[in-house]
Amino acid sequence: MKKILALALSALLMTSLTACGGSSDEVVNVYNWGEYIDTDLLQQFEKETGIRVVYNTFETNEGLYSRLQSESYDVVIPSDYMIARMIDEGMLQKLNLDNIPNYSLIDSKYTHLEYDPEQAYSVPYTWGAVGIIYNTKKVDEADTGSWDLLWNPKYAGQTAMFDNSRDALGLTLKLLGYSQNTTDKDELRAAADKIIAGKDNFQGFWMDQILEKLPNEEILIAPYYNGDAVTMMEDNPDLSFYIPKEGTNVFVDAMCIPANAKNIENAEKFINFMCTTEAAAANAEYIGYSSPQREVYEQLDEEIKNDPIHYPGEDTIANGEVFRNLPEEINEYYSALWTEILR
Amino acid sequence: MKKYMAYPYGVWMLIFIIAPILLVVYYAFTDKSGALTLGNFTSMLSYTSIFGRSFLLAFAATVVCLLLGYPLAYIMSKQPPRWQNFYMMLIMLPMWMNFLLRTYAWMSILENNGFINQFLQNIGVIRLLNTLLRPEAPIEYLPLINTGGAVVLGMVYNFLPFMVLPIYNVLIKIDKKLIEAAQDLGAPSGAVFRKVIFPLSMPGVIAGITMVFVPAVSTFVISKTLGGGKEMLIGDLIDLQFMGNAYNPQLGSAIALVMMALVFLCMLIMNRFDDGSGEEGGLLL
Repeated sequence: MKKILALALSALLMTSLTACGGSSDEVVNVYNWGEYIDTDLLQQFEKETGIRVVYNTFETNEGLYSRLQSESYDVVIPSDYMIARMIDEGMLQKLNLDNIPNYSLIDSKYTHLEYDPEQAYSVPYTWGAVGIIYNTKKVDEADTGSWDLLWNPKYAGQTAMFDNSRDALGLTLKLLGYSQNTTDKDELRAAADKIIAGKDNFQGFWMDQILEKLPNEEILIAPYYNGDAVTMMEDNPDLSFYIPKEGTNVFVDAMCIPANAKNIENAEKFINFMCTTEAAAANAEYIGYSSPQREVYEQLDEEIKNDPIHYPGEDTIANGEVFRNLPEEINEYYSALWTEILR
Repeated sequence: MKKYMAYPYGVWMLIFIIAPILLVVYYAFTDKSGALTLGNFTSMLSYTSIFGRSFLLAFAATVVCLLLGYPLAYIMSKQPPRWQNFYMMLIMLPMWMNFLLRTYAWMSILENNGFINQFLQNIGVIRLLNTLLRPEAPIEYLPLINTGGAVVLGMVYNFLPFMVLPIYNVLIKIDKKLIEAAQDLGAPSGAVFRKVIFPLSMPGVIAGITMVFVPAVSTFVISKTLGGGKEMLIGDLIDLQFMGNAYNPQLGSAIALVMMALVFLCMLIMNRFDDGSGEEGGLLL
């Protein structure tokens, strides 16, 4: 009797599960960075289109890459160099821009960049630049201006470094006057040695933890992305942000449809929705990152438009570099150096 | 219990334990093109310091867990049964909370402006230290976070229940008559513990050591949150192979395999200490 009951129960459970899944056949699988969307927009999209959004997040471009080896998503939002790598490896499909009419609202400043020269695979989502965030109360203004601040012995144990090889070595390459896309192993070696020399000066190697440690004044100086600088400065008004004079990494994160996507039409609808002025404005307001959408920028207050933290100026872009995809050999060298740095 | 009742678990084991291990072995011995190679293992030689650090920290955490956990389990087993359940719940309670949350909580306790340092400042201990020791530069806080000690503490806090529970389970099952016999024959209480209770509890100790050491040696969140992420542990190294710049599951699998072998070796040596008196002791090998 018990057996029959258990069977009946599990059968009931199965049917209710499938019923749950079947109540709306139209879904779109979105895979985005953590804390990188105004979640109200997802509900609004569901209401407007009747398409259910299955939303998941990742922490690093590399994490997304390895996940895509075995999973299928409909919309992913990687950064520039990872898009280039995924295009190279045939992991993305060409977009049909006829089905994404709002693409025309994206400012041409942010399209046809090196990572996707024909703009065939991606629709820019946000853009920004890496800079240094520091505590104005404790850091002497005269010391600022360069990436060198992270190595300044005056602030020993009060600075932090990125916990990913591309960003950390990238800013160090810039400090040493090299290109962030260098494939010269000697230059990379020099950058790695520079980081190793600074290990005693850094309190730690972190990513998201910087978002807590800077506002809480656990550390005084750290490199980070301008969009998050906006958020941190709201938490602690003593914080300030600058783009180092040696130049920096300018990044674009863009929406793409992976080659193994199952709901292409829904993915197109989702991308189109995120490009509407209304949605893009709400999103930019919520996450603090700069929007590549023309109308969103135009309707901003003059104050924000001219604020180099919200919208880094032309000089930053001119002096900055966009990460390019590196050859496999250099990617492996990055990993080897990184392991050596943290050994 | 009929024999076929074990089939579901057999199937489970095949799909979720045997098959993944075979996959790991396959990856470990092949290169990116799928050809057989030992290169993954030879390239690992440069990581010996990471292996050494992981085993050392895990060993320290295991020793601390044993020193804290054994007396706790022993005292607990001597309490009236009703209280035993209560103590058991107290030990289990932190485990009902998410692992990450627990570790993050420790972060805010140990930070330079964290709970402990604030407290020490407020009651004047920091000022007292500065006047007593007169260091060159007066300190504002004790460096607690981002140290090896903080990592060991995180491990001990998270894995202590795994030490207490198996020891406790063995202790409460020890036949009281054996202890009484020892006492009747005139053994002082120290000798009773040394010659009767402790040897009989060895299976629990071995199980506890295994259950603490294995997760401690492979952890990767604790070193990032409490250790400052400046020095990798094996877990971080494996994580980097899958989530890092050069996606390299082959090397990651090889490292995982070597670690499994090393842990296996440790357990083998460990079981030598077990004189085979406890039937429950053969839990791992």
